[in-house]
Parts: sequence; structure tokens; C-alpha cells
Amino acid sequence: MVIGKEEMEVRLDGQGIPLWLCMEVTYRCPLQCPWCNNPLDYDTYRKHELSTDEWFRVLHEGREMGALQIGLTGGEPMMRDDIVEITAEAGRLGYYTNLITGGVGLTKDKLEALKEAGLNQIQLSIQSCDPAITNKLIGADAHDKKMQVARDIKALDFPLSLNIPVCRESIDQTKEILDMCEEVEADYLEYVQIQYYNWALHNRDELLPTKEQVKRSEQLVNEARERLGKKMTIYFVVPDYHDKFPKACMNGWGAIHLTIAPDGTAMPCQEARAIKEIDFPSVRDHDLSWIWHESPAFNLYRGEDWMKEPCRSCDDKEKDVGGCRCQAYLLTGDATNTDPVCYKSPHHYIVEEAITEASRPGRNTLPYVMRSVQSAASLRE
Amino acid sequence: MAETLRIDPTDRFELHPFYMFRWEERQKAYLLMYPEGIVKLNETAAETLKRCDGDRSVTEIIDELKEEVKNGPNPESASLVEKSVCKFLEESSAKGWIRKKEGGLEENGNR
Repeated sequence: MVIGKEEMEVRLDGQGIPLWLCMEVTYRCPLQCPWCNNPLDYDTYRKHELSTDEWFRVLHEGREMGALQIGLTGGEPMMRDDIVEITAEAGRLGYYTNLITGGVGLTKDKLEALKEAGLNQIQLSIQSCDPAITNKLIGADAHDKKMQVARDIKALDFPLSLNIPVCRESIDQTKEILDMCEEVEADYLEYVQIQYYNWALHNRDELLPTKEQVKRSEQLVNEARERLGKKMTIYFVVPDYHDKFPKACMNGWGAIHLTIAPDGTAMPCQEARAIKEIDFPSVRDHDLSWIWHESPAFNLYRGEDWMKEPCRSCDDKEKDVGGCRCQAYLLTGDATNTDPVCYKSPHHYIVEEAITEASRPGRNTLPYVMRSVQSAASLRE
Repeated sequence: MAETLRIDPTDRFELHPFYMFRWEERQKAYLLMYPEGIVKLNETAAETLKRCDGDRSVTEIIDELKEEVKNGPNPESASLVEKSVCKFLEESSAKGWIRKKEGGLEENGNR
């Protein structure tokens, strides 16, 4: 062996590999969160979900291409009867397996079976430290169940990752929420601002916190980080609306991330169907390698050739890859525009107006549009 | 947070159980995988981490690696092993990749 002066961490080269495979195994879910990132027509996927064998094939093809991490998500992945089998196959193939769950359906027996199957970690969502607020936000009586699941996860020696989607109604409880996470001995905490796509976009005016709220919250998170050190690793995901620069979304279109919807539709991210003009390929028609390397959909916004001004001549274009294509499309109608979160975007006023509206004194509060088949129908009209 | 760890030659380290450490043929490297993260390790780091089995002491790890280097293409760099290993153990311990294995009765209680 060679002893050198090089850094101990070597840059992980994507080498054009989908390192992260996100499997949305179902869109079925017992919760009704108003920020759900599933499409409005989520219910139509119910009849077309991939079979166990089809998911196995996705897992095999992914490993052959060099994929390393699997996210089993939904919907609620625990709604799939074969979730333990799928997890076991992923573990057998050498993936690091992550289960992303709301906790409902995650009984002790299931947890033990998942442990046995080689599941590496569980990311559990909790919305508030106050049961009444959690239950209101998710449209179900599940707070206590979620807390029990958190304790069960710890008891089985899984790393406990809590995912707290933060909105205006919960952000002022930051301190109490952090205390709750400490009390259940969370190992990782993702304190994430909601991203405004699909259901969340319809509820944006009600969910978006004010600048002052975000600032206070960030300060409390930083204090907790200082105090807790490596006992609890906290990721504070800054709301991009309140940022001056756009996020380097997915590290770029078709760069390292591949999402498979319940019906086999393959996309560079979970939101990509927002861009209506794109015809996304299905794992039912093509192998993963063709989808990743050859399909027009995955090549559409790779690299920089698609960029327009102000991205094209911007010094930051490699750093932020022009932001998010879906957000550009949803807010400006053209996915090749600069993400309007960027202060250089000619459409930046759209984001500024949303923030102004969120902070306007005396604004009328509306009820959330909860995720349901009925509200989907009314939103489409 | 910024606790400084002194490496004692008799310390025994083990991989933190949240982490998965394995060879990945495609990357031609050892990887460390954890919730939401992947790290590709250089050779020194990988060879050290491989030996953090809760069994070998720091001294034993250093001796083994020195031996390997002496038999490798750059035997003159054997004198760098100790510093290099200690640096890795300090840094990876601070990151939570490895932890000290406690002896005696607490062995099964970990954390």
C-alpha cells in the first residue's frame, strides 16, 4: 500500500452513474399532508403499481450500473405487502437501504422483519411536538403512533433519522421540536423547509414561513448543533424561496439521481412530471441503462447546452446548475429559464411576491387543501 | 462539539454500526455509506478502517500497516504510517465513523 499526503476522502465520482435510486413503491398513504410531493392524480397509480418481480429487476439493473443507495419511499412504503422482500433483495445486492416513512403501519413485528432483511436506516417524519398540530397537519390521528415508532426504531438499534417538514404553523415551535428530537435520541435530524411543488404549491401561501420566522428558527438550530455535537447530526435545509441563490437541484438533471414512480415511470427527480411536455420512459418498456444513458428525457437538461441567459454567462452555473428545472417550469412556464429563486432571474419577482404575501399583516388565512381524491378533483377544475 | 480526541496506543476502535464499509468494484475503492451519504476512501483510510474491528489496538494497526508499507512499492514511507493512522483515527472519530470500544462489562452496552 501507499501512504500519501492526500485527503482521506476521495471525491466520489458519479462517472455518469445513478448513485441514488429512489423507489416510490406506492402512492397509497393513510396521511393527507398538504405538502405531499406526489402528483395530484396519485390515486390513478394504484392499479398500475410495479410487481415485486419488477421492483427486483429495477434493483438488479441499478446495481449493475453501480447504484449505491436505495430510498424506499412513497406514498407510504409500508402500504406495500412486499416491502420486507424488496428490502431484503436490496440488502442482498449490497445497497445501503433507507426506508422513508410516516410511521403508520410500521409495527414492531414489521420493524424486526426489516432489521432481519438488512434495512440500514429509517427516516421517520414527524410534524410537530404538539400532537394536536401534528394530527391537524397530516389529517390523521397519528402523532402518538409516530412517537412510539421512533422509540421502537431506537430499541432495535437502527439509526433514527427524524424528518421534520417545517411550515409556518410549526416553525415557531423549533425549540420544543428540537427538545423532542433530543428526548427520543434521534441520531439524525432533517429540519427541512417544504419545497413548493404539487400539493405544497397549492398551499404555498399558508405554508410559507416569514423571513423572520426562518431566521429565528435557524438560530435555534445552530444553538442545538453547538450543544449536541455529533450526538445528533442536524441538517437544516434552507427554504430556497428565502435564499438569494437557487439550490443545485439533484446535483443536476440526470447527474446522480434516478427516481422510479409506482408505475415504473423513470424520472431524474420526484417532481419531474411537473414538466408536462416531457415523455418520461418506463422501466416496463426499457432497461435502466437505456433510460439513464439514452432516453431523450434524461438527456434533456444534462450539461449546460440547454441554458439561457442569465445562466449561460453566469460564473455560478457549475455550482448551482441553474437551480431547479421543475420550479422554473412551474413558476415561469419554461423549464429552461433560470430558477426564479435566483436574484438574477428576470422572474425573481414571482418569489419575492410570494414572500411578501406570506408576511403581509392581516392576510386572510385559508384552510389547507389536504391531499385527497376529492380535493385533487377540485384543484384540477 | 469540538472535542479533541487523543489517540491512546492501547485504544481499540470499531466501525460505528450505522455505517456500511465495503469494497465497490465499480468505483475500485472502499466506500463508507451512511444515512444520506457516501464517502469514497483513499487507500490509507481504507486500510486503517479495515482494521478497526474492536479487537486490534492502535499500536497493532500501526505495526501491521508499517509492515505492509515496507513490503510495498515505497518502503521509505513507512515512517509516515503512525502519523497518518493517528490523523485518520482522530478525524474519523470526530465524524462519528468509528468509536472507541469500551472494555469490560460495558462492552455490550455500547454508547
